[in-house]
Amino acid sequence: MLLSTITLSDYLILSGLLFSIGVFGVLTRKNAIAVLMGIELMLNAANINLVAFSKFIDTGLNGQIFALFSIVIAAAEVAVALAIVISIYKTTRTIDLDKEDTLKG
Amino acid sequence: MIEHYIWLIPFLPLIGAATNLLIGKKLPHAAVNIIAVGSISLSFVLSVITYVHLVSLPAEQRQFVDVVYPWIGLGSFQVNLSFLVDPLSTVMILIVSGVGSVIHLYSVGYMHGDKRYSRYFGFLNLFAFAMLLLVLSNSILLMFVGWEGVGLCSYLLIGFWFEKIENARAGMKAFVVNRIGDFGFIVGFLLLFTAIGMKTGTWSLDYGAIKSSINIVPTAILTIVGIMLFVGATGKSAQIPLYIWLPDAMAGPTPVSALIHAATMVTAGVYMVARMNFLYVLAPDALRLIAIVGALTAFFAATIGLVQNDIKKVLAYSTVSQLGYMFIGVGVGAFGAGIFHLMTHAFFKALLFLGSGSVIHAMSGEQDIRKMGGLAKKLPITTATFLIGTLAITGVPGFAGFFSKDDILYSAYISPYGGKFIWLLGLMGALLTAFYMTRLVILTFFGKPRMDHHTAEHVHESPKTMTIPLIILAVLSAVGGYLGMPGAFGVHNVFAQFLEPVFASGFKLPEGSLSLEWILMGISVLAAFSGIGVAYYFYAVNMELPAKTAESFKTAYTWLLNKYYVDEFYLKYVVGGVMKLKDLLSLFDSGIIDGAVNGTAKLGKKLSDFDGAFDRIVVDGAVNAVGDGVVSAGGVLRKLQTGLVQNYLIFAIVGIALLLSFVLL
Repeated sequence: MLLSTITLSDYLILSGLLFSIGVFGVLTRKNAIAVLMGIELMLNAANINLVAFSKFIDTGLNGQIFALFSIVIAAAEVAVALAIVISIYKTTRTIDLDKEDTLKG
Repeated sequence: MIEHYIWLIPFLPLIGAATNLLIGKKLPHAAVNIIAVGSISLSFVLSVITYVHLVSLPAEQRQFVDVVYPWIGLGSFQVNLSFLVDPLSTVMILIVSGVGSVIHLYSVGYMHGDKRYSRYFGFLNLFAFAMLLLVLSNSILLMFVGWEGVGLCSYLLIGFWFEKIENARAGMKAFVVNRIGDFGFIVGFLLLFTAIGMKTGTWSLDYGAIKSSINIVPTAILTIVGIMLFVGATGKSAQIPLYIWLPDAMAGPTPVSALIHAATMVTAGVYMVARMNFLYVLAPDALRLIAIVGALTAFFAATIGLVQNDIKKVLAYSTVSQLGYMFIGVGVGAFGAGIFHLMTHAFFKALLFLGSGSVIHAMSGEQDIRKMGGLAKKLPITTATFLIGTLAITGVPGFAGFFSKDDILYSAYISPYGGKFIWLLGLMGALLTAFYMTRLVILTFFGKPRMDHHTAEHVHESPKTMTIPLIILAVLSAVGGYLGMPGAFGVHNVFAQFLEPVFASGFKLPEGSLSLEWILMGISVLAAFSGIGVAYYFYAVNMELPAKTAESFKTAYTWLLNKYYVDEFYLKYVVGGVMKLKDLLSLFDSGIIDGAVNGTAKLGKKLSDFDGAFDRIVVDGAVNAVGDGVVSAGGVLRKLQTGLVQNYLIFAIVGIALLLSFVLL
């Protein structure tokens, strides 16, 4: 009963909310780490979508396997991103993104 | 054989001229002499061979053409470098190269020590070349080349001692006056060329071609052509109104005067009229004009000669006067007589000029006969030969001038184109000639010496190179006349007979009676002797008389002394008129032509100013505007580049949102 009441649109709403929170975090946080966390939220919102569509529309497991791939790649990506943040911190002594404007035109 | 070597006759002197003018400076004088005298002497030898060859032929075959080279070929119009040998041109080449050789030889002595020695002989050779070309050519065009050539050489030689400005001026005067005549000549032969070409379709300037189609040209045109050609002759042969250059031509070295006056140049006009006899006999009005101009010139030049004090000036006016006789001869249709006088005159006038040169040489350059006198003792050869020349020119029986002058006067009397008036003028001229020549001889060679002591000491007979030519010419002046003994003496006129084929086509003088011939001859002999007698009385017996006469006829004397003020008249009205025209033209030039040129320049400058402004404002403006636009746009757009990652993301997200809203909604 419980399972049957949770529909595709519920998943999509959830993933939409999650994505919006992620975007909000990316745009508003000053801290680079927090921005990275926002990015993770957005990735995972996408993963939810993949899994949800896989369950409700696709007949195979393609979507779920793809989500696993995505999670693995996200882990690698976070490792790279954190390394960049550490490197930035080493040169500028801060990870406040408002201060990182060397590319200003 | 000789037929194919005719071209050598004019070209030998040309080669001589080229050699002496180009490398003569580096050659020793002896080599220059050999080249100059040798080339013209060889021409003379060839001329003699030609003559001998011609005489060996029967009379009617004595004419041939030597085509050397096709000069101009334009379709049917063809001019060849070709030479015509007939009795007339043979007589002329004999005179030109013969007298020319003698004058060349004389120059060797006369020009000794001149600083432009080789150039002088180069010019002299060139002169002989031009004259030989003139008389040998087979077409009017080639004749014209020689015609201009002698004009050029006369300019070069008259102004030979150009350091003195008067000499240079005299050269220019000769050239310019000749050019005026040449203009008439050009008009004349081109008119003839056109008239014949239009009618027959044969465009040719060869004598033969003209002669064969002369009959179809209307008389009026022939008369104009004849007169225009004669205008050319008045320039070359120093007739009224263009005689003024000849007395000034005395400025050149004396042998040049002899060459110009005797053998070459001045005889060109007479030769031309004789050569064109087939035309002139069809234009009697032109002939009448020639006879009248000739008679007037013969008379008036003689009157001027009466009072001149420069030995060469007297001879110069006598040349003008004698040329008048030649034109009387050809003008009344007695072409043979005219050419005969041309020949005898060449002998005795060359003699007189070379004799005067010898006198001047002896007098250290003095030319005024008032400062001479008594030279006979010191210059025996010069005096003797000069006397023979004088006897010849005055027409004393037995000497050359007597026969030729008498022939002309007789022809003038009986010819329908002449008449008693022409005859009378000629006779008066003969009387005056006898007077002034006797005066010249007495003042120069006899009486008391009037030169200063210094000059008197230096008087000496000329070297052999100068006296030998004098002797040769004296012999010719003495016996040359017997070639053309008139029929009255009961012999054949050899000269006239030889020339007859050339003039055969034309008209014949009416037969005069033998008694008339004797009477006229007697009258002219009387005139000659009375001229001599009066001059003798004036200058040797009653020596105050000349001054007294000059005093009592002061006006006439001044007019004569100043040559009727003809030079002044020309200077004031002709030259002055030309000068006025020049001023007018110069005004036109500076006002309109220069104005137009300057205006164009100004317009060009204005246009370029405008162009420059357009360039600066429009083109540069556009380029700068584009640049400025880019710069200012960049200024605005750079503000987008905040360098903040989050801003970029906002743009990206807003963009995606917009795209999505387009796609989904």
